[in-house]
Amino acid sequence: MSTTPEKTDDLVTVTIDGIQTSVPKGMLVIRAAEQVGVQIPRFCDHPLLAPVGACRQCLVDIPDAGNGRGFPKPQASCTLPVAEGMVVNTQATSPVADKAQQGIMEFLLINHPLDCPVCDKGGECPLQNQAMSNGRGESRFTGYKRTYPKPINISAQVLLDRERCILCARCTRFSEQIAGDPFIALIERGALQQVGIYEREPFESYFSGNTIQICPVGALTSADYRFRSRPFDLVSTPSVAEHDACGSAIRVDHRRGKVMRRLAGNDPEVNEEWITDKDRFGFHYATEPDRLTYPQVRDEDGSLRPASWTEAFAVAARGLRAAGSSAVLTGGRVTAEDAFAYSKFARVALGTNDVDFRSRPLSAEETSFLASEVVLRSTVTYADLEAAKTVVLAGLEPEDEAGMIFLRLRKASTKGTRVVSIAPYASRGLTKMSGQLVRTAPGAEAAALEGLTSHAALRDGSSLASSGTVEIDATAVILVGERLATSPGALSAAAALAARTGARLAWVPRRAGDRGAVETGCLPNLLPGGRPVADPAARVDAAATWGVEGLPEAPGRDADAIVAALRSGELGGLVVGGVDPDDTADPAATRAALEAASFVVALELRETEVTRLADVVFPVAPASDKAGTFVTWEGRPRPFPAVFAKPTSLPDLRILSGIAEEMGSPLGFRTVEEARSQMEEMGPWDGERAALDAVAAPAAGSTEGLALATWKLLVDNGSMQDGDKAYRATGRAPVARLSRATYDAVGPTVTLTGDRGSVTLPAEPADLDDGVVWVPANSFGNGVLADLASPGSRVTVAKGSDS
Amino acid sequence: MTDVLTPVLTDNWDAERSWTLASYESRGGYAALDKAFGMAPDAIIDAVKESGLRGRGGAGFPTGMKWGFIPQDNPKPKYLVVNADESEPGTCKDIPLMMASPHTLVEGVIISSYAIRATKAFIYIRGEVLHVIRRVQRAVQEAYLAGHLGTNIHGSGYDLDIVVHAGAGAYICGEETALLEGLEGRRGQPRLRPPFPAVAGLYASPTVINNVESIASVPSIIANGHSWFASMGTEKSKGVGIFSLSGHVKRPGQYEAPLGITLRTLIDLAGGIREGHELKFWTPGGSSTPLLTAEHLDVPLDFEGVGAAGSMLGTRALQIFDDTTCVVRATLRWTEFYKHESCGKCTPCREGTWWLVQVLAALEKGQGTEADLDLLLDQCDNILGRSFCALADGAVSPVASSIQFFRDEYVAHLTHGGCPFDPAAATVFAPAGATA
Repeated sequence: MSTTPEKTDDLVTVTIDGIQTSVPKGMLVIRAAEQVGVQIPRFCDHPLLAPVGACRQCLVDIPDAGNGRGFPKPQASCTLPVAEGMVVNTQATSPVADKAQQGIMEFLLINHPLDCPVCDKGGECPLQNQAMSNGRGESRFTGYKRTYPKPINISAQVLLDRERCILCARCTRFSEQIAGDPFIALIERGALQQVGIYEREPFESYFSGNTIQICPVGALTSADYRFRSRPFDLVSTPSVAEHDACGSAIRVDHRRGKVMRRLAGNDPEVNEEWITDKDRFGFHYATEPDRLTYPQVRDEDGSLRPASWTEAFAVAARGLRAAGSSAVLTGGRVTAEDAFAYSKFARVALGTNDVDFRSRPLSAEETSFLASEVVLRSTVTYADLEAAKTVVLAGLEPEDEAGMIFLRLRKASTKGTRVVSIAPYASRGLTKMSGQLVRTAPGAEAAALEGLTSHAALRDGSSLASSGTVEIDATAVILVGERLATSPGALSAAAALAARTGARLAWVPRRAGDRGAVETGCLPNLLPGGRPVADPAARVDAAATWGVEGLPEAPGRDADAIVAALRSGELGGLVVGGVDPDDTADPAATRAALEAASFVVALELRETEVTRLADVVFPVAPASDKAGTFVTWEGRPRPFPAVFAKPTSLPDLRILSGIAEEMGSPLGFRTVEEARSQMEEMGPWDGERAALDAVAAPAAGSTEGLALATWKLLVDNGSMQDGDKAYRATGRAPVARLSRATYDAVGPTVTLTGDRGSVTLPAEPADLDDGVVWVPANSFGNGVLADLASPGSRVTVAKGSDS
Repeated sequence: MTDVLTPVLTDNWDAERSWTLASYESRGGYAALDKAFGMAPDAIIDAVKESGLRGRGGAGFPTGMKWGFIPQDNPKPKYLVVNADESEPGTCKDIPLMMASPHTLVEGVIISSYAIRATKAFIYIRGEVLHVIRRVQRAVQEAYLAGHLGTNIHGSGYDLDIVVHAGAGAYICGEETALLEGLEGRRGQPRLRPPFPAVAGLYASPTVINNVESIASVPSIIANGHSWFASMGTEKSKGVGIFSLSGHVKRPGQYEAPLGITLRTLIDLAGGIREGHELKFWTPGGSSTPLLTAEHLDVPLDFEGVGAAGSMLGTRALQIFDDTTCVVRATLRWTEFYKHESCGKCTPCREGTWWLVQVLAALEKGQGTEADLDLLLDQCDNILGRSFCALADGAVSPVASSIQFFRDEYVAHLTHGGCPFDPAAATVFAPAGATA
């Protein structure tokens, strides 16, 4: 459990229970004892939180503090650093320490309800366990206990049973120290001290679920899991979260084929011990009633009817052959193995490079950027974020789009890392990282990135801080979000900035499968392993590994071009998986393309408008039903095993291989393991990388109306967050953010009108430029792209009616 | 008889409108300030060290040594904080001092701040005593108007601002780190040490926290010299202090005398125990110090003497209880106080006081068994020295000491089926001739 201090060269020798050991200087006694195998009981202590010494459970006897003198009283080992020559006697060898611990345990239990038989924590409860190991068998307390009405909601999701609370302050310290959301605090005093909220500021934190996990008793529970199961009925399987590109380790607890809850795994290199609430509570999508459970084919009467797998494979293969030129759209949610299958399917079975994982606004500049600057590169890790002097964010709002990057950067910012954000306004997340805003209207990111170095070149050292410029050098890290694709020239500017300054550059996509899809070549210009399509040697290399005669030479169409070609009839067939038209740059065009396509094969988890339009529908396995690998934004592979073995729940790659076999162009694998070994066999491309087709930032465009800034909030209307109302209620209410002047002119409710429609939202003033408005991308209606405006376009704002 | 008294701090309390600047200055007030400005700050610290002044807030830590802990090479500002959160049951010396002669304190603050190179000082006064807060505020205002505070005080080039801060009603804020939390605007709960306040106290800056009486003693030490101060008292407990007699004596009040005086002498000064009654038990320094009895009448009231008798000198708050008082009832009342005032941060104090009250309340009603006394003592053993701060150590003092000296009386409650005492008899309005 415990983390080891980073420096190990400075050791001190201590004697714990008669065992001499050397531990790093500054280590707390409670953790030094773990090194010799002694578990001192504890509640308030947590290795990732600052010591507090509140519960006093970890008292030990110190007959010699290292200076020849002992402490007259037992000491809390969670607040005491080791010293050279220190002698520590824990409960294992000291009757004084043992009695002290038993006394504390007895005190802790006098006001605890001991309702273990009906408590969710019963069976995995540190209080229960340590009362057994370090307490007296029977309490001598016969009085009356403190009671409270139970439970109270401290947010829609988190419930608090105050009488169970032992006031260790782990939850409040987590919220303040780690998440930066101090919406819960200890209030009142004495035995009536309790965790409380300010009634007008409920505990709405994206990381609130972590408090439930680190609660050492059953005081905090989630509305989602409360009373659902007992720990001893659960089977735990380690996995990796599928909601973002962070690759958080999670633990999936399931019972009789059903996921009951998910917890954060402990991975110091990635997510430490934390996950977002989306990762924790967003798993009900896989058990929604509209989940597809069997293949369907379009019948002669035009309706979809159930079909056997073999029939569906045959119909799909026949249809794709008949459709002529076909393309593949994969979405960004599939595992690397599945993405590999899509990529190979396009090349080998369909003979095309028309494959793209991006079901969102994109650009040719981005396509080139991914091939030249992203694929095969892993230059930045989470640890690098902590070590960097400056981290520049562009087109990325970590708290909403990559929660673990946010927590890491927040931790880094408390140790001196400066976070600089090129963004339209200072978000709450940026404020929590004590970050510096480079206020930038949408579309002007390229200029802002260029401005960073020109300022740095002008600096004269002394006035660096006061002039507000940003020092970018080889110790800096530049994180660019996928949203920069909609800002012409920005990705080129970021690459140029990195090249000029030596700063390290990393691309942070939103979805778990995005980076894996880049690596496996779900792009019109890349084959798996970063092989450029345009490079004949790379094509030959891939073809040789796959044992095929050759691979298509023509560069493929990107997703937007595929949509256009389907509508124009240049393309006939489409294999589509995990694409929601409303996520795409032009939802109406995507819908029209699906309708125009002569033959559509859909691979989907749940019934969607895509499956309703498809000619063959295959149900695919959710992440819990298959093994796979997600590749994090760092380029770190995160393999995970299947939680469930369900024979009818097949991964995308098994379906694609089935169709390919029917088409006479087998993929050469049917299972995840086989796909993996083929990927390993193929390996990364060791030849030359494609060069970046840099794009210059366009001259300033129209100034009519307001520039529209938008991104997706962590908790929003995304379909993988369906099924947990309490979770969704913790999301931030959709508001339009305007400059103070605009707000004063048109607030408090505004109607925004763009080229796709109008929306009316409550407004909030923020530190935006007068010419910019921000709205959440998928928190109202069908989202910004469907209901308001196309990417990069401008909107008008008017006073809204409250109706 | 009265020549054993050595009025220093209390000397001007009988003056006409003693709390005004005019009255204070007419008796030589603020003269020590000029003498201090003529000395180097370190010389003042040395003088206070030499005087042997020990903290008057109860713990008795040498004041000059505490000042010497301030790292003067630390670039952060230094702060002086005066702990005027006098809330201990029985303790009643700082509040009368601030009412009668607030300028003694203000002058002490200026000299002490000058010594530790602080340019900002805080006086944290218990929130319930609004009259005292107003009086000190007025005194500070007068001092500003007279040029004793502000910039370039008395032409010395030294600047000082004093902030009078009102507490919000928590006994725990008398604990110095909880006081700092309160001053910074947070909930009053003690802080983890280290870092100690001398290194990172108020606003993470070097801070000296002293009791009102300690700081108020500084002007006289500077004015009269440290050897004058050191000539009084006992070998290790030098100087004079205010002894606050309350309870069943004829003339309760403040008696300023050299440390080492005995309770026998003090009771004589106070006119003796209430007519017709005898001393039963007493606290040497407020309710947090273990009880003593009539056998301890000749214990010298200095840090060492009271310590040797098994108690602590504390704040010299001598609560005198005569034979009409039920010790179980008194102990229960005190314990209820600690339960009410426990901040809740740590387990033994929060839960232990909750439990002690329940056991004591049952015993007072004659419920329970003699085994409950051993349970009480074991609870005390599990609380004492296990808690985050000293509040809980104080909470168990009356319980453990009362059982030590009056176990039979506890047992009598059980055999009697309730309290054998008439609670009215112990009151000051008790009818004449009421007996136990």
